[in-house]
Amino acid sequence: MTVAAESVRVRPRANVWAFVRRHVLTVYALLAFSYLLLPIAVVIAFSFNDPAGRFNYTWQGFTLKNWSNWDGVPGLVDAMSLSLQIAAIASLVATALGTLIALALVRYGFRGRGATNLLVFLPMSTPEIVLGASLLALFLTMNVATGYLTISIAHIMFCVSYVVVTVKARLVGFDRHLEEAALDLGANEWTTFRKVTLPLIAPAILAGALLSFALSVDDFVVTYFNSGAEVTFPLFVWGAARVGAPPQVNVIATAIFVVALAAMLANILIQNRRTKGAA
Amino acid sequence: MSFLHRHRRLTPYLLLAPGLAWLAVFFLAPLGFLGYQSLQSGTFDFGFQFTWEFSNYWDAITTYDQHLIRSLVYAGIATVLALVISYPLAYWIAFRGGRWKNLLLLAIIAPFFVTYLIRTLAWQSILSDQGFVVQTLRDVHVLGDDGRLLATSTAVVAGITYNFLPFMALPLYVSLEQIDQRLIEAAQDLYASKAKAFLRVTLPLSLPGVFAGTLLTFIPAAGDFINAQLLGTPKQHMIGNVIQSKFLELIDYPAAAALSFVLMAAILAGVFVYTRALGTERLTG
Repeated sequence: MTVAAESVRVRPRANVWAFVRRHVLTVYALLAFSYLLLPIAVVIAFSFNDPAGRFNYTWQGFTLKNWSNWDGVPGLVDAMSLSLQIAAIASLVATALGTLIALALVRYGFRGRGATNLLVFLPMSTPEIVLGASLLALFLTMNVATGYLTISIAHIMFCVSYVVVTVKARLVGFDRHLEEAALDLGANEWTTFRKVTLPLIAPAILAGALLSFALSVDDFVVTYFNSGAEVTFPLFVWGAARVGAPPQVNVIATAIFVVALAAMLANILIQNRRTKGAA
Repeated sequence: MSFLHRHRRLTPYLLLAPGLAWLAVFFLAPLGFLGYQSLQSGTFDFGFQFTWEFSNYWDAITTYDQHLIRSLVYAGIATVLALVISYPLAYWIAFRGGRWKNLLLLAIIAPFFVTYLIRTLAWQSILSDQGFVVQTLRDVHVLGDDGRLLATSTAVVAGITYNFLPFMALPLYVSLEQIDQRLIEAAQDLYASKAKAFLRVTLPLSLPGVFAGTLLTFIPAAGDFINAQLLGTPKQHMIGNVIQSKFLELIDYPAAAALSFVLMAAILAGVFVYTRALGTERLTG
């Protein structure tokens, strides 16, 4: 960055062109950002809307009553709590399964590595509708009633691959000497894993778990196929959208957004402080 | 642990076993069952029998060829649009972001913190006939007085582009951010113009990101049905809408299963052609 800035200063004729170009790009980037953030702004704004009819489409007036009466829509709170429960189960199990696969893939040479990588990659590159439809085909053929259990099974399935990818990335850039040092100092493999490996890959494991949680809470398509009579938050929104989604849906969405954003911001701040401390 | 020590070769398989078993039983096996279902005949009321009914595939392709083509076209346009929007954005963050990089990346993934369906519903209200976008476009006569955006192909493609944009922007950013700045400076020191340095150095080095981003955008976009459902009309319906309604509303499992495989095959064919084109021509050119 600094080198580029200096080279611009050295060549004054390039300066004008660089100035124009830099700002064209910036304007473009800002427009792209507003495109990305506009719907979020709409979701937040309409959580304060006071809709006249059933449809929360056009701005009628500011009110806080959707927020104070956030649990006033029948079924909405149940749906949200079901989504959170399933996300907790899915992220726990998927994180455990995915971390083990990542450890095996990075740490060990074994027959069938290529096939394993392929099996991990495939669910991520299959359209969700095919994932959902094929699971339903399995459950129908096996006479398994769809519901809580089948939703959890499905969510664990599509989360595992993402955990593997996340943890693998951290393990690849991992200094093996630290483990060798522990082993040289007389720790056995289990102690080495517990005291050295695990703390070092913990951030990636946590990232994988959070990613799984987010994927699970947000999933509509796979859940839609395998939910039976159960209603998760996205399914509730889908049902409500047909007859006009109540503004409380926006309230919950805004709350989730704020919590997720705060968590990510905190993470960035901590990382920045760490890198500053290290430098 | 002493068991593991004695059988060190077993360790990777023990680590893999639970996760791979899960994927085998709940990802691979279901695809087999879907294939089995796609070759059945019969109706829901009289039951389905397995009869090697290959005609299901022929029927699926001939009846829903329009939906299939529309899915690929919409997904293709959305992928190109997402690339055009994200490339400069990712470039700007990677090279001009400075210490705000992480924060700017957060803004890119921020839409993911709002549930997919709610994001799409937000577009519904933005593009609605009473919304300011349509009103403005009518005022400047881009749209006729009764012109609309909602319930058009434009709305569906815009929705798909929006919803999958982060999948494009993130891999692009990763590949751009990894580029060694000194390479670009070297090109300029050797009297390459800025444009030439970009075309001959930056762009080729970022192609892996372009490749990953386009696949990550195109594949889910081709299978999507939510945007067509919420932002379009049956005239904009994609293959995903047909699969969804056949499976869950019409209870025509064999046709839905056959269509799922046709969709997979179409996507694989598209990816194959694209890989060949990008892999051999541009990466070496």
